[in-house]
Amino acid sequence: MTTKAELTKLYNKGKKRKLLAIFSVFIAIIIVVLISISFGAGSPRLPEALQVIISRTFPFLNLDPGSPLAQTIIWDIRFPRIVMALIAGAGLAAAGVTMQGVLRNPLVSSYVLGISSAAGFGAALAIVFGIGVVSFVGGYLVIGNAFIFCLLAMVIVYSIARLRGMSSETVILAGVAVGFLFSALLSLIQYISPDNNAVTAIVFWLLGGLYTATWEKILICLPIVSVTMILMMTQSWNINIMSMGEDVATSLGVNSKRVLTVNMLLETIATASIIAFTGIIGFVDLIAPHIARMLLGSDHRYLIPCSIGMGALMLLASDTVARLIIMPTELPVGILTSLLGVPFFIYLLVSKRRRSFG
Amino acid sequence: MKLCINKLTFSYGPISILKDVEFEVGLGEVLSIVGPNGSGKSTLLKCINRILKTKHNTVLVDDQDTCKMNLKELSMLMGYVPQSSSSTFPFTVFDVVLMGRKPYIHWNISERDNEIVAEMLDYLGIGHLGMRHFNELSGGEQQKVIIARALAQQPQLMLLDEPTSSLDIKHQLEILCMLKSLAKSKERSVIVSMHDLNLASRFSDRMLMLKNGCVYALGTPEEVLTEKNIESVYGIKVNVSSSFVGKPQVTPVINEVDFFSNTKLTPVLEQKI
Repeated sequence: MTTKAELTKLYNKGKKRKLLAIFSVFIAIIIVVLISISFGAGSPRLPEALQVIISRTFPFLNLDPGSPLAQTIIWDIRFPRIVMALIAGAGLAAAGVTMQGVLRNPLVSSYVLGISSAAGFGAALAIVFGIGVVSFVGGYLVIGNAFIFCLLAMVIVYSIARLRGMSSETVILAGVAVGFLFSALLSLIQYISPDNNAVTAIVFWLLGGLYTATWEKILICLPIVSVTMILMMTQSWNINIMSMGEDVATSLGVNSKRVLTVNMLLETIATASIIAFTGIIGFVDLIAPHIARMLLGSDHRYLIPCSIGMGALMLLASDTVARLIIMPTELPVGILTSLLGVPFFIYLLVSKRRRSFG
Repeated sequence: MKLCINKLTFSYGPISILKDVEFEVGLGEVLSIVGPNGSGKSTLLKCINRILKTKHNTVLVDDQDTCKMNLKELSMLMGYVPQSSSSTFPFTVFDVVLMGRKPYIHWNISERDNEIVAEMLDYLGIGHLGMRHFNELSGGEQQKVIIARALAQQPQLMLLDEPTSSLDIKHQLEILCMLKSLAKSKERSVIVSMHDLNLASRFSDRMLMLKNGCVYALGTPEEVLTEKNIESVYGIKVNVSSSFVGKPQVTPVINEVDFFSNTKLTPVLEQKI
């Protein structure tokens, strides 16, 4: 018989193990960042790279920033790309894990509301016809359009699901339907586009990539993604409880419809603000939560931070390999996330005794 | 704590489920709800717990309308144990019971919450399952975990939907004895829906018999479990005797061979292929 004191001790031990798992993921991220910053086109290696980053991050220290060439390569090309990879991976994984949780479905990704197709359609519209819902600065036409169409997709899905009582099934089905609608419209645009260069541009946008990262984009993306991630973490308890079903959630004082709506909104804003800048980056949002779940279980208080770290790690590692594998040119990052992530995921899937869902 | 159900009516769209249900439950009382499948037992429990919404002033706790309470207040008042539970993602038993503390916590759990969870697990004799995964337990063990979760809410009223229907006789008795002692010693009220009339007879102070969503009989087991009532509600002939412990004991009186003889299915079943 386990006594009460032993039980709480066991529980606290489990808690420490979970924190350790999260900590290890973040250590791994630092290591990958150091590797990623040291390699690539151009000569600067780790020491010069660190010199540039430290001196530029803390200008008041008056350190020697290194040669202008090293500064350009590290500060304007490699480093922003790394930061963008971390933000995008973290945000997408956070959106994925919360959506899997609130919809009680392990197959759900952050694109479940049809927002990836909607973003693609919005971007294509801007690329081919130069039509934008927001048309302030020229360079932001595609980005703004992709973002707006993501929100539009969510509003459509929400309205449909609302009519049928906001159950998780209706949200998923409505999301799939809206996704198909927008991908049909996207195909239509590509088909009727008079300009072949525009079609090529659409294909590149849809493949996604982090090579367009700039500090300006990061400054827009980072605050939005950070705030939504923090708000998602405040939902941990609610998401845990929703896993036991809607009736039980109600009896424990959780309004599951409200939790679902709040999380739909957070996930759309986070995902939209990322893919508007990077194009469609898939797979991380689906798999990073599963890997995190295999590491430390389903308690979202720990699962969300761990997924965030795992997403950032996966995307940065993939992007680094994509950048280095066939230098001087590079592969689209989406291809690498799957090629690297799938074998690892399958290994975890078959080696674990316990199922991490169902 | 006094629960008062006042002219409670509920329908799923055009299909009426409950009609003018009225009864009261006092402190320390075990009330069992019996009735055939589809008579509205589960719906009634869900209406009491506001999982299903009903009109104002139909469910009153100490003369206060529960419609005016928010979900959190209500969850500190009532604990609900559904017929069966499963979790989409794996949680340990400890985590599942900790969910019962939700009304009292926000982001961080206190040592006190952990202690209450450990105490509930210990009380139900399932302390050794604490770190096991909920979905990997047997039906009886899962039922106890869910009861522990409801107890961790520290409610004054426990609502249980057929807690014993998938359990063996020992687990049935364990859970019902526990509910009975809970009602007596810790000053809680218990409302439990049941199929087994003999178990209901043995463990409840009062019984509520539903027929097509209406209260057919309400009172002590002796008053409710009469041969006439059961034949009228369930449509079968029974013999009611006094059991070993002095409670009504229901024995169906059927001729096993003739029981199906008048049904329409028989000619089909007898056809040779």
